[in-house]
Amino acid sequence: MAAEIGLWGVPLAILGGAIRVSTPFIFVSLGETITERSGRINLGLEGTLVFGAMTAYAVAVETGSTWLGLLAAAIAGTCFGLFHGWICKFPKVNDIAIGIAMMLFGTGLAFFFGKPFIQPSAPHLPAIPFGFWSTIPQVQAALDVNVLFLIGAALSVLLWWAFKNTRAGLIIRVVGDSSDAARAMGINPNTVRLLATAVGGAFAAIGGAYLSLYYPGSWNERISSGQGLMAVALVIFARWNPLGCFAAALLFGGAGALGPSLQSVGVTQGYYLFYATPYVLTLAIMIATSSPGRSLAGAPGELSITK
Amino acid sequence: MSDTVGTSQIPAASPLPIATSSLEGLARRSEAVAIPLAALLVGMVLFSVFIMLVGKSPIDFFDIMWRGAFGSWFSVQNSLSRAAPLLLTALCVALPARLGLVVIGGEGAIVLGGVAAAALGWWLDGAPAFIVIALMAIAGMIIGGLWMGIVGALRHYRAVNETISSLLMAYIAIALMNQLVEGVLRDPASLNKPSTHPLAQAYRIGSIPGMDVHWGLAVGIVACIISWLLIEKTRWGFAARIAGGNVRAAQIQGLAVGPLIVGFTALGGAFAGLAGMIEVGAVQGSANASLAAGYGYTGILIAFLARQNPLAIIPVAILLGGIDAAGGLIQRRMDMPDATILVLQGMLFIIILFSETLYGRFVIFNPDLWKRSA
Repeated sequence: MAAEIGLWGVPLAILGGAIRVSTPFIFVSLGETITERSGRINLGLEGTLVFGAMTAYAVAVETGSTWLGLLAAAIAGTCFGLFHGWICKFPKVNDIAIGIAMMLFGTGLAFFFGKPFIQPSAPHLPAIPFGFWSTIPQVQAALDVNVLFLIGAALSVLLWWAFKNTRAGLIIRVVGDSSDAARAMGINPNTVRLLATAVGGAFAAIGGAYLSLYYPGSWNERISSGQGLMAVALVIFARWNPLGCFAAALLFGGAGALGPSLQSVGVTQGYYLFYATPYVLTLAIMIATSSPGRSLAGAPGELSITK
Repeated sequence: MSDTVGTSQIPAASPLPIATSSLEGLARRSEAVAIPLAALLVGMVLFSVFIMLVGKSPIDFFDIMWRGAFGSWFSVQNSLSRAAPLLLTALCVALPARLGLVVIGGEGAIVLGGVAAAALGWWLDGAPAFIVIALMAIAGMIIGGLWMGIVGALRHYRAVNETISSLLMAYIAIALMNQLVEGVLRDPASLNKPSTHPLAQAYRIGSIPGMDVHWGLAVGIVACIISWLLIEKTRWGFAARIAGGNVRAAQIQGLAVGPLIVGFTALGGAFAGLAGMIEVGAVQGSANASLAAGYGYTGILIAFLARQNPLAIIPVAILLGGIDAAGGLIQRRMDMPDATILVLQGMLFIIILFSETLYGRFVIFNPDLWKRSA
């Protein structure tokens, strides 16, 4: 019975893959949403993600605790975010260009310190077997949901609520829409952006920790396939809405899982093209949702990327 | 720097001083040299601190780096060979930057240009070498130009952010290359490393007479000079600078901003595609995954270090080519990971971008401030 599900394995594998692959997207895009809502863009999250993956893996190997690894990654990500936020407050310093530089720097540092950790294996983050009711191994595999996915789902609801209903959410939105209005309210935009970028960095690093501690669950120099950058595009697609980020991340995860799932049922033609699906999808969505002559609905007014 | 107002994200390089005296002109020009040099120095000091923190000697590091990069005729030739593709990929960033665009996906144009050139060279096997090499170069440039031209067109006609779209296109290009190299274009004889059919020896690009550096270096330098002339001495370059400073003003002046944006990004892409063709013709001999060696990303760093000035790209690309060439020696002699070079590059990049904030602050470089303080 177990092996008889045939082509049903494809949608099932895509569902399972979407949950597995989407988790880093959820965290990076939620972090970037906070940063961009405050009016800054951090393209360096790709570097932060890779460094987070390395830090989490290294600490988990040394201490044997995945949670300590996660914490270390979050601290490292906060430092990267603080640095980006600090350096961007100076006049004429371009936040997009600094992001590109931080991408290079973060990746470089991660590879530099991560060299000794390619061989040893670290413990994995726990998963909750929601597929316990089924005897079919594919179903069980697809419904083995990791804890970070659930935390990410909860966080996206929480952030969606917090942007609307809390004072902190209001402050971030005001700073993002108009520095002048913020100053008139007695808020220092640079401080708010510094903190927002720091939180964004921490989230991105946790996304990276997921890569090295759960799926694929190892540390090497090809750990990231551009998730940090695609998440930035995903935030635009999600219109800076945390709930939208969650949905978009699932969609991207499903697209990313398409190639491997087709391969698992024997379709090997065009394997590399299926691998490109998430990038094509991102680009197509950006083309479809952008338009000249008007700014994007929901875009923070101070954001340089939409000007 | 009087022309950084408006929507430009990149401060335009080399100001246009209406110099009332040569002294004032000299002051303005020396600012553009002194600040990047000082930033490089600070970057090296910070990197020395980093080296000390990991328990190595920065003196040894820079000594070995110098020897690996420029210390002997052999290493100089090695550095120059590595600089060749970097000259072209830096132009892929610097030309669109004139219009205020941050295009970072030159890597995609390199790999596709290389694949196109390799496929054409195999297909035309038997034709005269001169014609084949010329057609390979043209094919690389057309593919690269089309690829990056799409980025420019999306930017202007659909308002799609060029930084993100160019990078996504680079990922797509690499997937496309892998598909072609592992599929229809694969040489069955390439087992471990899937590649296209190797080019016939006659179609390989040779060395510049008297040195062991391939002609790609000369091509790159000529491309930089052409780009400089285009930007500084033609009306298109002038129009691009206006559009880069203020799109609205350019449109009111009746400048065709759309064709300018598409043209400059496409030309940059054509140069990157040419870099891919040269890598295939002079170094690899066939197209394979080695084409995606990060030249596109180092090109971004070079363009920003050169402050988007095509002539300044020449020395900076040679410097970065040297750092690149010394990487192997540093790895062996100092027992440090190959990512050391990446850390150094990242540090220099951040410092250089940070130094943008210093322009116009020093009284000595800014004649406007002389009168005010007097």
